[in-house]
Amino acid sequence: MASKDPHLLLQSAPMLRQGLTTPQAMRDVLYALTPIVLAALWFFGLGALLLLLVSVAGAVLTEWVFTPPERRREALADNSAALTGLLLALTLPPALPLWMAFLGAVVAVGLGKVIWGGLGGNLFNPALVGRAFLLGTFPIAMTTWVSPVGPDGFFDLSSSLFALPFHAPAYDAVSSATPLGLMKFQQQGTDISRLLIGNTSGSLGETSGLLLVLGGLYLWLRRDLDWRIPAGIFAAAGLFSLILFLVDGSRFPNPFFTLFSGGLLLGAIYMATDPVTSPVTPRGAWIFGLGIGLLAVLIRMFGGFPEGMMYAILLMNAATPLIDRYTQPRVFGRKERSR
Amino acid sequence: MKDQNAYEEFIKGVWRDNPVFVQVLGMCPMLAVTNSAINAIVMGAATLFVLVGSSFLVASFKNLIPKQVRISLYVIIIATFVTVADYTLLALLPKVHKELGAFIPLIVANCMILGRQEAFASRHSIRFAVLDALGMSSGFMLALLALGSVREILGSGSLFNVPLFGADFEPWVIMILPPGGFLTLGLLLLFFNWVTARRAAFLEQVAAAEREGL
Repeated sequence: MASKDPHLLLQSAPMLRQGLTTPQAMRDVLYALTPIVLAALWFFGLGALLLLLVSVAGAVLTEWVFTPPERRREALADNSAALTGLLLALTLPPALPLWMAFLGAVVAVGLGKVIWGGLGGNLFNPALVGRAFLLGTFPIAMTTWVSPVGPDGFFDLSSSLFALPFHAPAYDAVSSATPLGLMKFQQQGTDISRLLIGNTSGSLGETSGLLLVLGGLYLWLRRDLDWRIPAGIFAAAGLFSLILFLVDGSRFPNPFFTLFSGGLLLGAIYMATDPVTSPVTPRGAWIFGLGIGLLAVLIRMFGGFPEGMMYAILLMNAATPLIDRYTQPRVFGRKERSR
Repeated sequence: MKDQNAYEEFIKGVWRDNPVFVQVLGMCPMLAVTNSAINAIVMGAATLFVLVGSSFLVASFKNLIPKQVRISLYVIIIATFVTVADYTLLALLPKVHKELGAFIPLIVANCMILGRQEAFASRHSIRFAVLDALGMSSGFMLALLALGSVREILGSGSLFNVPLFGADFEPWVIMILPPGGFLTLGLLLLFFNWVTARRAAFLEQVAAAEREGL
């Protein structure tokens, strides 16, 4: 959670030092997400707020139900369930029925975290487990995007939000493709300035590149995230897409588009850096980040889906124990690496 | 006394030693063909036929089968019954047969069946062997049906092809795909273990209360 540089943690004399606690780290991430949540409200209106609330409520409720009574207070106090719900909601399309968001949050915390033994035991990022489940379960609803309504349409609520549980949603808003969808299926680019500001269709929290980077900087200054992971992701994704762009500029987008479109920033800064599901060692963090960047671009350019960030992170999550095992640092004084 | 034993041999396969939920055997057909209740029932019936038939034969010839080649003989006996089941299904239910595809011939490789021959039928009387086979395959069929029903209800909104909900139902696509099989099986196993643990805890409490009472 704190810096992973080993020589910064070596201490001999008893020194008073407040370590980074889990609740504090979670609070920092919540602070860093505040501007992104506000941007989601600005672009997608009251519906975004409802989705966020329902998802957080579903996550907290699940944690409460499946935690033994004597550990409930402690399990809920660190806000990790609320953070999972919030992160899940930020990856959802703005017109998704509320009941699906609730189900996704239940799966995220139930199957993504509690079943592994609670915080710290899970192999996969819980929010992305919830999203992967939703994408597999409701592929149409999860890929129906609406354009941002802007502040004027703040109170325009899409009727699809209020579909009854187990019922198909009825869309009244005009659906519009995300920048990635436009790129993949119509070879049509989107202005970088719009991607930076976030005035495009897409998941609630992924559109505004500038605010995502800002939140990431805050977390980096607070030492809440391992900078190697996002750096590795940006390097791999940028380089790989630059090569592809140079090979065939008419078919592949330029690297800036790759970095600022879709969920790459949201995933790289807030999801891949989850300390539970990312490697512990500095070298491992580099491998992890580079792997995610490479896989994400590979899926985007050559796979069936327009966006590959979620599967890239989940795949590298699965590889994390292996990476940790092979990048164990040498024990001081020994020649061979201790295995 | 003897009747009670016979009942015990039958019922253990259904609940206490359920091949799927307790022994976790036969996972291949369990996950592959349970995307609808009909497929699950047909698969269960075919397995029942094969298991009962081969248990009967193995128990009848158990004194004639040389120990060294017993496994290959069991497999040949099982394969015979599988071939009969395969052609019967092809003649009677061609549509379901097509959907089950390779998984009918693959009953040969169902470790539950071979396991019952080796562990039970080759050491017990014909009567008990058949009862054991009936119980085990009933338990297997129940498990298949439970999985198939859950997956069909959620994944297609119907049960035995009868629509349960209105046209507005939003199907859970993942449930009829392979991940849905794993998810549902995992959750059912979780539920089964939970019930077993609760029951054990309850029995212990009762026993403790009785000790105190005495």
